[in-house]
Amino acid sequence: MSLLDTLSLWTIPAMLALIPLWGYIRKVKVYDTFIEGAEEGLKVAVQIIPFLVAMMVALSVFRASGAMDLLARAINPVTARLGFPSEILPLMIVRPMSGAGALAVTADLLKIHHPDSYIGRLASIMQGSTDTTFYVLTVYFGAVGIRKVRYAAAVGLTADVVGFLAALWACNWFFR
Amino acid sequence: MLNLIWTALMVIGVAVAAMTGRAGAVTDAAFQAGKVAIETIIGLAGLMALWMGLMKVAEKSGLMEGLAWLLRPIVRLLFPTLPGNHPAVGAILMNISANMLGLGSAATPMGLKAMQELQELNDEKETASEAMCTFLTLNTSSITLIPGTIIALRATYKSVNPAEVVGATLVASVVAGIFGILLDWLVRKYNRARGR
Repeated sequence: MSLLDTLSLWTIPAMLALIPLWGYIRKVKVYDTFIEGAEEGLKVAVQIIPFLVAMMVALSVFRASGAMDLLARAINPVTARLGFPSEILPLMIVRPMSGAGALAVTADLLKIHHPDSYIGRLASIMQGSTDTTFYVLTVYFGAVGIRKVRYAAAVGLTADVVGFLAALWACNWFFR
Repeated sequence: MLNLIWTALMVIGVAVAAMTGRAGAVTDAAFQAGKVAIETIIGLAGLMALWMGLMKVAEKSGLMEGLAWLLRPIVRLLFPTLPGNHPAVGAILMNISANMLGLGSAATPMGLKAMQELQELNDEKETASEAMCTFLTLNTSSITLIPGTIIALRATYKSVNPAEVVGATLVASVVAGIFGILLDWLVRKYNRARGR
């Protein structure tokens, strides 16, 4: 546990020093390469904007109207039994469908509940540890003309559900 | 599917607002959210540039190849139907390594190359092969070493320790990944036993 805490604390500083150093030793043009990657990073950030606007507006409308409270009250008996806060449900629904969409839902949760709250941490772990199953299936199978995906979708989605449960368990283990 | 969810959020939200008399609050919330989305990106963009810049250096200095070398025995085990020196193995390895490092932009082209190689070996061109299903499982439940974008997002919203979720994320993604691989293996065994 304390080892993992140290890992969490030192991951970023270690990467900031070791990656450029390793690159320099391997004779990579470190600075130019960094600039090249940073440019890609900015492009990705710009590409996310429409997703953020769409999702954050829709979720805000849903919340401000009181509909979110109604939904939370309706599903709370189920999610409480599984140990999930009901606020996290929108993330679980969007996560397998759209990476940028899920990132927007996570951003909304972090904004409303603060990143260091229980919900904020759980949302962060869920977003980080699961993937966009439907997107991957569509793009990868679509690219080579596969029509019958057989059991791939079922296995992928089951793994997503297990990923959510694992995220919940890991969050409780680390932060409670 | 997302079209339905997004429309439902908007329509149900406004319908509930009509009943609760919160039309004004909804208008404010919608406009405010549009503003917040842009503010979020302004905070996030610089950190994403930093992250992707660092990762580009890692990629160019052979970190991906190093990880791929470590993973080779596991991939050989997971794809018994592939000849060991087949180009699909190399593409799969690079794709998984890129995914583990959070290099989405490098992972997708490698993944598509892997799919094309697997399709060469596939007998029925419109039906997914076993190797393809395993590859997709690896991709959809891939292990996350460092969730860069999440750390950046948490920093944007003023987390005291944005990287504190690294350990928990790694553990959760390993559990999900192992489960996915086991499930894929079980389904494959089951299908073979039934002659499918």
